[in-house]
Amino acid sequence: MKKLLFSAVAGVLALVMAPAQAFAAEVNVYSSRKEALIKPLLDKFTEQTGIKVNLVTGKDDALITRLQKEGARSPADLLITADAGRLYRAKAAGLLQPMQSAVYQDKVPANMRDAEGEWVALTMRARPIFYVKGKVKPEELSTYEALTDRKWAGRICIRSSSNIYNQSLIASMIVAEGQEKTEAFAKGIVANMARPPAGGDTDQLKAAAAGVCDIAIANTYYFGRLASSSDAAKNAVADKLGVFWPNQQDRGTHVNASGIGVTKSAKNGDAANQLIAFMLTGESQSWYAQVNNEYPIVPGVPASDVLNSWGEFKADAINLSLLGENNRLAVETMDRANWK
Amino acid sequence: MQNTVSQTSLTSSRLRGVFSANLLSSGAIMVALVLLVPILMIPGLAWFVADDSAINGLSAGAASVWLHLWQTVLGDYLFNSFALMLGVGVGVLMLGVPAAWLTSRYEFPMRRALSLLLLLPMAVPAYIIAYTYTGLLDFAGPIQTAIREWTGLRYGQYWFPEVRSLGGAMVMLSLVLYPYVYLMSRAAFIVQPRHMFDAGRSLGMSPFQNFYRLALPLARPAIVAGLSLALMETLADYGTVQYFGVSTFTTGIFRTFYGFGDTAAAAQLAMMLLGFVLTLLVIEKYSRRRIRYFSHAEQGQLQQRESLTGWKRWLATLACVVPPLFGFLVPAAVLIGWSLQSEELLSADFIQLTWNTFSLAGMAAVISVFLALVLAYAARSRPKGVVGWAVQLVSMGYALPGTIIAIGVMVCLIWVDHHWVVYLEQLFSVDLGLLLSGTLVALIFAYTIRFLAISLGAVQSGLQGIKPSLDQSARSLGKSPIQTLRLIHIPLLKSSVLTALLIVFVDVLKELPATLMLRPFNFNTLAVRAYEMASDERLMDAAPASMMIVLVGLIPVIWLNRSIASMGKHQQTREEAIA
Repeated sequence: MKKLLFSAVAGVLALVMAPAQAFAAEVNVYSSRKEALIKPLLDKFTEQTGIKVNLVTGKDDALITRLQKEGARSPADLLITADAGRLYRAKAAGLLQPMQSAVYQDKVPANMRDAEGEWVALTMRARPIFYVKGKVKPEELSTYEALTDRKWAGRICIRSSSNIYNQSLIASMIVAEGQEKTEAFAKGIVANMARPPAGGDTDQLKAAAAGVCDIAIANTYYFGRLASSSDAAKNAVADKLGVFWPNQQDRGTHVNASGIGVTKSAKNGDAANQLIAFMLTGESQSWYAQVNNEYPIVPGVPASDVLNSWGEFKADAINLSLLGENNRLAVETMDRANWK
Repeated sequence: MQNTVSQTSLTSSRLRGVFSANLLSSGAIMVALVLLVPILMIPGLAWFVADDSAINGLSAGAASVWLHLWQTVLGDYLFNSFALMLGVGVGVLMLGVPAAWLTSRYEFPMRRALSLLLLLPMAVPAYIIAYTYTGLLDFAGPIQTAIREWTGLRYGQYWFPEVRSLGGAMVMLSLVLYPYVYLMSRAAFIVQPRHMFDAGRSLGMSPFQNFYRLALPLARPAIVAGLSLALMETLADYGTVQYFGVSTFTTGIFRTFYGFGDTAAAAQLAMMLLGFVLTLLVIEKYSRRRIRYFSHAEQGQLQQRESLTGWKRWLATLACVVPPLFGFLVPAAVLIGWSLQSEELLSADFIQLTWNTFSLAGMAAVISVFLALVLAYAARSRPKGVVGWAVQLVSMGYALPGTIIAIGVMVCLIWVDHHWVVYLEQLFSVDLGLLLSGTLVALIFAYTIRFLAISLGAVQSGLQGIKPSLDQSARSLGKSPIQTLRLIHIPLLKSSVLTALLIVFVDVLKELPATLMLRPFNFNTLAVRAYEMASDERLMDAAPASMMIVLVGLIPVIWLNRSIASMGKHQQTREEAIA
């Protein structure tokens, strides 16, 4: 009986631990980009190079915690996040190592990567102002800051302060305008909200189209997804809204980025660097533009027709590291402004 | 001479008994300790985290975070968590107890079908019901759009409840958590003897008084047990409240942990949560204590269902239709509708996902129930003292958010890996990396901690039906302990063990946060897929995986219903067995 039990336990253990075994050429990825938005590219990489890619997805912070606790023995070679601020945090925690500079040099603008080359952005998204056509004239809009004017009272939809994209927007403002002005901005926005923040960016866009508010702040790819959907109801939402690029006269419209870095514990460094190089090829860059309406990070790669239809804009050239550095201040500022 | 022999053998068997009881209780304490270590990591983190904060370079120290929380959001966290528990508490009682009473005591149209239907919301994860109702009732959703089209009214000109609110969260959680109360109270009502109600009636009590003054107080321990499970789930819930933008204690812990990168303050918040849970457990234990007293009343004839007549029959039907209608049928219909519109439905890896989910849940259920049996038997043989407390403490896991348990498990297993692997590596001079963390072992460990309260609860209540006097009678009739186990315990425990297996199975199917955090490379479950789609704001594409979770979950729930329905009969057999 005991023997039987023991062999049963051993059998189960062997079964469950099998995935931990190593293959010849492979690279292990921790990604907070969703499987649907990364797996197809990784498959293409495997096809081209023969290198097997093992993937586990999760929330940025959870993956960083996992890396941190696993330490030098972590199986991960690469960390992909949906937001550059998180890569800054991973770097600050000593979890990343410099990439081979040939991979990104001459390709990625300096503000879109870490100064020491520990991470690099992969795709860019803008966070412009969306307005309801017919209710708001584009001439009435100018900057994010101008939205605190009382004439917008009860007319603005924006999501919760727990969201990283809002945190990054506020962080960029803290860098540009200082903490005091930013807190005043946050308070002004809270005072002008049409309803307490709930739901995601898509929900803000839908709410604006349905008449809850006249202004919504959201990332471009959510709008792009509505515009290029095969569902007529979603197209109708996008048709009612216009894109306005704020702060064109000063620092530019806020942008955030997804990115990638090689972990300090990486055991497959070469393969990891190969994968990053692959993600920065024109082919991969335009894949993101086509599939998820994200702007290519590599200059010269054409964006999709949907992206082009919104026109050119000046993007805030802030170094993305600063967004990560000021994240905590941003959260505190929004807490004080009672931004739910 | 003969006398001496029998005396010696008696002594040796008694010695063996003492020895095996010791073995059992020390085994149980070991199990409890292993399961407790990850939970106890939390206070550990609260005190010894200088390293983490320093690495991040982002934290200004726990003290300043506390000051900030106190000045800004802590009040909200406390208020919302309390209000949510209160609301869900009232909700699950209102939905669960009357339905349990009606289906166990009366005959009315569709009673059999309804008594099953009432259990089905158990298969629906709280975050998924939240997605479906948001899609349905949101301002831009089909219902409000239709209202606006009919009436020509615009936003702000009519009143409509906001789904994504504290009230909405209360309703959503009540709708999927009431089955715990229904399940437990129904089991209690079923075994209440008929003569008690006959006596009540002969004393001039109305049916309502019979319910209110006899049935309800007698079933109270069971109701409280169900209620405390529902409340523990409520405290642990992250998905629903986060989606609705309601800041509770649990969301606060993660905001502090991640937003401020402050492990210490987050761990201290988590300890406050633990304090909360301990209070709940003491209440639960106190109410369970009374089961022993009341179980003496389990004699005599079982009740027959009374037929309701006239409008009352339809009222009873209605009371039993409402909870599963909103807790199961409506969300299921929405999910089916969305699934048909989604292109995700027939993707090739769907079978793989379903298989992963199914086998993982099965494995976790078996392990969890096995450990629950060890603990329950140990606690039975030594009801007082260390074992009893250890068993009680292990139940805390149920009220802890999956992510907290996941972090605890991760830290423990990585520690083990770092230490024993170094030794193995030196022995064989190879590079092994991590052996335990990042494998399914970690995941199953986390599930066991999280859901042990459930399997333990079911097994313990089953064991309470087997009075120690029954063991003693068997032994005095010359049966060996093994024979006693085979002839008495196994047949009598079968249904509670099955119940435990099924509930844990369903819970693991639905589990998200720990799965998301601990799973190995290239391994996904249905819950992970549903979450990924929903958090990417693609509700419709989340529907196929959600629907699959519900479907797979239905199988054990239906099974569970059958095992309870036959419990009445079992009870009768048991009475006969005792007689």
